[in-house]
Amino acid sequence: MTSATAVRGGDAGIGAPRPRKASGPSRGASPLVYLVALVVVGFTLGPVLYAVLGGFRTNAQLAESPAGLPNPWVLDNYIRVLTDSSFWSYALNSTVIAVVTTVVAVTFGLMAAYPLARYQFRWREPLYTVFVLGLLFPATVAIIPLFVIITRQLQLGNTWWGVALPQAAFALPTTIIILRPVLMAIPTELEEAAVLDGASRIQFFWRIVVPLSGPGVVTVGVLAFVASWNAYLLPLLLLQEDRKTLPLGVADFSSQYSSDTAGVFAFTTLAMVPALVFFLAMQRRIVSGLQGAVKG
Amino acid sequence: MTSVVRRSDAAPHTGTGVSNGAADRAPARSAARRNASARSGSGLRTALEVLFFVGPALALFVVFVVWPVARAVQFSFYRWKGFGPLEDFVGLRNYVTVLQDDVFVAAFTHNMVIIVLSILVQLPLGLAIALLLNRKIRGQGVLRTVIFVPYVLSEVIAGVVWFQLLQPQYGVIEGILGVVGIPGPEQGWLGTPDIALFTVFGVLTWKYLGLAVLLFLAGLQGVPDELIEAAQMDGASWWQVQRRITVPLLGPTVRTWAFLSMIGSIQLFDMVWILTGGGPANATTTMATYLINEGTKRYNYGIATAASVILFAVALVFALLYQFLVLRRDVAEADASARRGVR
Repeated sequence: MTSATAVRGGDAGIGAPRPRKASGPSRGASPLVYLVALVVVGFTLGPVLYAVLGGFRTNAQLAESPAGLPNPWVLDNYIRVLTDSSFWSYALNSTVIAVVTTVVAVTFGLMAAYPLARYQFRWREPLYTVFVLGLLFPATVAIIPLFVIITRQLQLGNTWWGVALPQAAFALPTTIIILRPVLMAIPTELEEAAVLDGASRIQFFWRIVVPLSGPGVVTVGVLAFVASWNAYLLPLLLLQEDRKTLPLGVADFSSQYSSDTAGVFAFTTLAMVPALVFFLAMQRRIVSGLQGAVKG
Repeated sequence: MTSVVRRSDAAPHTGTGVSNGAADRAPARSAARRNASARSGSGLRTALEVLFFVGPALALFVVFVVWPVARAVQFSFYRWKGFGPLEDFVGLRNYVTVLQDDVFVAAFTHNMVIIVLSILVQLPLGLAIALLLNRKIRGQGVLRTVIFVPYVLSEVIAGVVWFQLLQPQYGVIEGILGVVGIPGPEQGWLGTPDIALFTVFGVLTWKYLGLAVLLFLAGLQGVPDELIEAAQMDGASWWQVQRRITVPLLGPTVRTWAFLSMIGSIQLFDMVWILTGGGPANATTTMATYLINEGTKRYNYGIATAASVILFAVALVFALLYQFLVLRRDVAEADASARRGVR
């Protein structure tokens, strides 16, 4: 992935080739810098590590010395969560909803971005503006009617689709805004060559545009996936019981067993593992995606 | 935010088509170009293709974004408990109710406090960390990864963990502060009305500082080395370089961050819902928690949607003001420097 990106030069959404890293000759690091770095790392990772370690302790240990290390280490809490079928059903729901959201948002977004980037037609800019304006409407604004529409008119209450489709819809603006310049950047010569070879624009889309927009697609895909994976408000209103996603499960567990601190830590830790693994694997994409979306 | 670099996409039409059958490829290419542009113009086929490509996205967008937003506006003019027909038209009375409700006014104030605190605390902190980290140090890659971890976790997970850390008496925060000799508030950090909002803000800072640092670091990479080297040759100290060159050049990045942070603060919901649920005694309500409370607990759909329309209006006013006052300056500056020649 990395080498492919390097060859194509520049990440998705970022127009200009990336400037050199600022690292002047006399910019070495002093001990102070390392100290600050250490404090920042401690502040950042402290709570996460505490939760991970807390899961290996008993409630008695936690009460006795809140800041201590596991002694002895207990696997009980983690085993309890891992053998709990509701944990796995939360994880399954989260995964399915995030995958559907991502696939729908990326497929529809890429298709829509294509004519908005490369066709000449009268309604192009107004149409683009409609999608851009979507950025101004967070799901919060429309949440009550969304709830009514999805549960009554569409009969999709408490289903995977009922959450995934609106999430994909709200991911469309970002997707299209990031993908449009990516598609614009595909050289005109390629299109001309394809036309000379007798390809229609639809064929050009499938054979050239889709393969060439790989890095951009990964970026918007990751953004949509992470947003869906972390979403709380919409699932909170729409999903019940065995359809709940991980964030809902975590919140439930935490309020039901709030005195079982060790259990809460174990549950939370296991719930954050998928997000962390995914982040580490996709780090470059997430970061470049955010920067690209923000740079403007 | 929307000004993603726009490259001219259309074929420049420089091929004049004068060349008639010379040995090179030019005629064929310009023919293809003419052909392409001619096809772009041919109405029906283009319209159908556009429909094919944009249709699905547009349908999804209309059903799940445009329609609900329109319905929100509609609901806000009715008294409606969520069942039966929508017939009790009350005009603007829901808006009056919301705006006169002390809880909503307090919620709005809390949103504003979070916005101001973010700018006052997270901006300098993020900037300082980014400046310090923007040099060759060992483990820089790891550092950037670590800093970003809280941002990737969901607000719910972060909130649940912090909720446990902040428990009164047996929470670890009180334990640590107790060692230093600072007693925690009696009702706990989240249970004391005067402190709760600031505690929530502290957790938000933990979660979102990484994003600020990351964006600022990206902005710093755009500062040309030559400028810094030149200043150093002229005898500028590290501090002077940062103050006179780096930070001013970081302006656009900072302003973009500030914009995102503002919009996020206006919509704040998840973290508050998990940490305090808006309590104690409505000390941490936000506009979003207010409208969810009205909508899902009291079934006052009219009131809730009126509040959501107000939330949108607030966000819009902020966005427009910001665009007008701050971002416009960036554009003007860019124009000016373009006219002056690239500096």
